[in-house]
Amino acid sequence: MNELFIQIVLGISIASTPLIFAAIGELVVERSGVLNLGLEGMMIVGAITGFAVQFHYNNVVLAVLASIVAGMMLATVFAFLTQVLLTNHVATGLALTLFGLGVSAFWGRSYSKVTVDRIDAINIPGLSDLPVVGPLVFSYDPLFYLSIMAVFLVWYFLNKTKKGLILRAIGDNHDAAHAIGHKVVRYRFLAILFGGAMAGLGGVYLSLVQVPIWVEGMTAGRGWIALALVVFASWQPFKVIVGALIFGGISILQLHAQGYGVNVDAQYLSMLPYLMTIIVLVTLRVRSKSKSDRVMPHCLGKVFHSTQ
Amino acid sequence: MVFLSPILALTLTALSTFFIFFLAGVDGFGAFYVLFIEPLSTQYNFSEMLVKAAPLMMIALGLSVGFRAGVWNIGAEGQYTVGAIVGGAVGLYFYEVEGFWVLPLMSLAAIVGGMLYAGIAAFLRTKFQVNEILVTLMLTYVAILLLSAMVHGPLRDPDGFNFPESRLFHDSATLPIIWEGTRVHIGLALAVIFSFLTYFWIKKHISGMQINISGIAPRAAKFAGFDENKAVWLSLLVSGGLAGLAGLLEAAGPVGQLVPHLPTGYGFTAIIVAFLARLNPLGIIFSSLLIALTYIGGENAQITYDLPSSITSIFQGMLLFYFLACDVLIRHKIIFNFSKNINHE
Repeated sequence: MNELFIQIVLGISIASTPLIFAAIGELVVERSGVLNLGLEGMMIVGAITGFAVQFHYNNVVLAVLASIVAGMMLATVFAFLTQVLLTNHVATGLALTLFGLGVSAFWGRSYSKVTVDRIDAINIPGLSDLPVVGPLVFSYDPLFYLSIMAVFLVWYFLNKTKKGLILRAIGDNHDAAHAIGHKVVRYRFLAILFGGAMAGLGGVYLSLVQVPIWVEGMTAGRGWIALALVVFASWQPFKVIVGALIFGGISILQLHAQGYGVNVDAQYLSMLPYLMTIIVLVTLRVRSKSKSDRVMPHCLGKVFHSTQ
Repeated sequence: MVFLSPILALTLTALSTFFIFFLAGVDGFGAFYVLFIEPLSTQYNFSEMLVKAAPLMMIALGLSVGFRAGVWNIGAEGQYTVGAIVGGAVGLYFYEVEGFWVLPLMSLAAIVGGMLYAGIAAFLRTKFQVNEILVTLMLTYVAILLLSAMVHGPLRDPDGFNFPESRLFHDSATLPIIWEGTRVHIGLALAVIFSFLTYFWIKKHISGMQINISGIAPRAAKFAGFDENKAVWLSLLVSGGLAGLAGLLEAAGPVGQLVPHLPTGYGFTAIIVAFLARLNPLGIIFSSLLIALTYIGGENAQITYDLPSSITSIFQGMLLFYFLACDVLIRHKIIFNFSKNINHE
């Protein structure tokens, strides 16, 4: 029983981590008032880049860095189009997702039959060997701890620093922020790059930690789930972890339930996260009517130009 | 500039594609021929392009109406799926019942199904101000799962050895072919007719104009007394209904039954189609053909050069990138200014 419990917790954590990465990046992007629907594309390009680098150089650090850079490169395209050429966020993001899926499949066709060394869980002598606490707290891969740290840092940045305050102000009212002299485009550009880096990390987690193989389209909609997660979390960093655990948890429980022959219709179970997101959206709105309506960044998805 | 910019975008896409092939070590000219010329050169390829264009055209039409009103229905894929489920279920209910009314009834059911499904987003947006992008997107996943549950359960073929697929639709529930010897079905004709209808509705009718104004200048629309909620409902119902119909046409046309992999991303690709046509209903006829061409070209490239068929998504993505980028030339004029005292931002 104990072992099964530990196994499930580990499974959930591993399933949640890529979601946490992608969602926390997108959260910063959306807080700055930009809607990037290209998460899925940035994630999968991160996944193949990390995988390819790991295959050729067998160097985990290099692979992870490469995936970050790959995510940022795609994000740069998005940022340039939306911030400089003032294109529509929704259309540009969709194009980015398509492009990323296509490029990764094109590039990855020579890697479909190889395996690489995965990123191992850390082993802290003493701590990792403790009963129960050891496997539950001290035996994850380094990226897992990094994802938790990223959430904390984003929370700190957004709520405790001046630059975070400016970023939020830009997301809520870019005209006002511009009028008092803040660099709207610069902040947004950087936020989009951060989003790309995090999405790349989420991607490399899939191809180097979850399963060390490359499969075409292996993100399987996780980018879109991460997008929902940001809303589910009502744009609050720590709630991203809660949401990711729920989303990841359902997929793992499903797996175990099937393994034990419990035949709940898997499809209906899988609908739950999506339906819950909608319900959360509605309840947030219902509540926010009474109090201050500050849940969603007000300028989300709106194109900004300083002469308008 | 209005006509120059799409040509510029196409040229840039072609050049970039060439570059990618070069990097991948594929003969550029040959691949180019396979991708863009071959689909037009044989009757089979050409007809398959028309088959693919039909659902894209129909979905993109509905979406273009919504995008004009600033209503972002990006879950057409879900409405498409629900349309196929509901319409298909009607067809299966009247299994082996002959009659000219079976198909119209199925179509009606699919339209209503798609409308109701998109209506959820309209209801939540007008009642609770919930963002329709997220609701329609979430409901897409629910719809795809629902289709899977249906073909695993209630709609499964009783004689199908437990395969997750429905019975094949019988003759009265299958679309008539309008081009002998190919798979081109009546849906294509319908889509073209709808394009013209939508065009006149948007350009000539008062409610079409209201939709336009609500998107371009929401405040002006309010002052003019246009009901914003009406525009939201209208655009989501139209796009949902058309997507639902497109789903049924695919199920009762080329596919011939309900299968889990019926939704293949037409709902998302149609967004590109709509944007390439700059939301013009008549332009959508052409842009849907263009995008359909990239699908067929991609499939051919897979056979001839062993390239992954997902090469199609690279084009579609790049095409939209360049297209959106070139639009800046329409909206803005480039002025070369060499004096240094300009400080923007």
